[in-house]
Amino acid sequence: MTAVPMLELRGVDKSFGPVHVLSSVDFTARAGEVTALVGDNGAGKTTLVKCIGGIHPVDAGELIFQGTARSVRGPRDAALLGVEIVYQDLALADNLDIVENMFLGREVLTRLRTLDENSMEKLAEQALASLSVRTVRSVRQHVVSLSGGQRQTVAIAKSVLWKSKVVILDEPTAALGVAQTEQVLDLVRRLAGQGVAVILVSHNMNDVMKVADSIGVLFLGRMAAQVRRKDVTQTQVVELITAGRSGELGLSPAESSGAAV
Amino acid sequence: MTAVATADRPRLGERLAAAPWPELAAPAALLLLVVVFGAADSTFLTTGNIEAILQASAILVVLAVAQTFVVATAGIDLSVASTMTLGAVVLGQVYSSGAGIGWAILAGVAAATAVGLVNGAIVAKGGITDFIVTLGTLSAASGLALILADGKPQPVLSKFMLDLSASGIGIISWSVLVAAVVAVTAHVVLFRTRLGVHLLAVGGSTDAARSTGVRNVRVKMSVYLISGLLAGLAAVLLVARVGAAEPASNTSFLLNSVAAVVLGGVSLFGGRATIIGPVVGALLLASLVNGLTLLGVSQFYQPLAVGIVVVLAAFLTRFQK
Repeated sequence: MTAVPMLELRGVDKSFGPVHVLSSVDFTARAGEVTALVGDNGAGKTTLVKCIGGIHPVDAGELIFQGTARSVRGPRDAALLGVEIVYQDLALADNLDIVENMFLGREVLTRLRTLDENSMEKLAEQALASLSVRTVRSVRQHVVSLSGGQRQTVAIAKSVLWKSKVVILDEPTAALGVAQTEQVLDLVRRLAGQGVAVILVSHNMNDVMKVADSIGVLFLGRMAAQVRRKDVTQTQVVELITAGRSGELGLSPAESSGAAV
Repeated sequence: MTAVATADRPRLGERLAAAPWPELAAPAALLLLVVVFGAADSTFLTTGNIEAILQASAILVVLAVAQTFVVATAGIDLSVASTMTLGAVVLGQVYSSGAGIGWAILAGVAAATAVGLVNGAIVAKGGITDFIVTLGTLSAASGLALILADGKPQPVLSKFMLDLSASGIGIISWSVLVAAVVAVTAHVVLFRTRLGVHLLAVGGSTDAARSTGVRNVRVKMSVYLISGLLAGLAAVLLVARVGAAEPASNTSFLLNSVAAVVLGGVSLFGGRATIIGPVVGALLLASLVNGLTLLGVSQFYQPLAVGIVVVLAAFLTRFQK
């Protein structure tokens, strides 16, 4: 474990008008680890992710990348810092092939300003190979012909290709069957194995307990606790999600009930 | 394992559905027409007649390519033919004012490009439906053409323009060559450049394109600009062919440009396009009209025939995924 986390959030506040969605949230994601972000519906997971991605600039608090506080005012700032968000809908263009999708908006050009198809094909294949992906037959397949798991694979490989430092996966297994879920979780582990700080947003306790190194639990806009996976049981995590506390862990009784008001 | 094996070999029905019917429709129909007309009339396949067909399709090829760019982004340019008319009239007016033919051509192309720019700005930046915007510019451009020309055709007697349509290499006249160059260039732009990938992305998956950082507004503006520019080129070919700049509305060119695009298997929902398809579509429409004329079918029947062919082609796109 490196001393300086890849990404650290300190005291992040976010309101939409009178509604406090996040209050004083601390959160840490380390390179080479999978950090799960869990919480009930409306706990603020999506908002937190969008704050990191620069879609919702924070009202107060600090975003610290590799030990340096940075201001993230928009998606471009986040992209420059190496943050990649893989949304549930994946943002893939169905009518284009895998290579075109992986390079969309960042195409490699030849000196004549035409597309350098050979280089792009090679880089795409390398990115997939580095994740030991064998489920994709050809990088020239159109995305529309891919299964849900394969699409997720392409979206994740894209973040490898662009050497992202922080990759946020939003419910990557939500629409997948058992076998494909297994494949994607493997992929998530391998992605972290490449030194990426992976943040896994998920509802699925099995997935979280299986792949996470660290678990951050949001409860009504507060970080109830961020715990090491090996220190907790699934029951404790579920209690944190539903009540904001579990024994010694989590918010104080006053906070957990007060937050609901 | 058996389940995997059967899954890998698609059933006949699936394979039929997977075949690129829309792309194959135009070449197949063109072949059929050539065989039928060739058998029915011995003059159809003479070099003279082939030259005439190519000559007649040159303008439509350029317009169909223009339309393809817009349709690939899930838009439509209804003003393409009136823009051409306006370009032709501006060309004629500038030429008759005593300027050289080079300046006249430049002015005509610039006028048409300006219409494209206006279309693009209103559609992309204003966020107004392409159908309405280009319907408006259709009317505005043809109105402007009538005003400028005072409703009268302006003869353009220039050796350069005469040569453009009357001479060339063998049976390939210069205007056919211009159309061919336009088509080849368009193919390269569509499949070998960043703009090409981006416009297919915008057409097929607008949201994905936007969230990936593709500049949708800029892409949309470019296609209307390209459409206007090509309409200007078509205007030059039109004036060369007719020998005059006429402010007449060229509605059949508009319908045929859309028809060629549909015949060429380009999806009107965007995101799926070729250049060769619409070019073959344009050749098909020109051959159809030419063949019917040779067979002595009254020209009143020609729009009917074109309409039937287009609807049949559109029917084939039902097989499209």
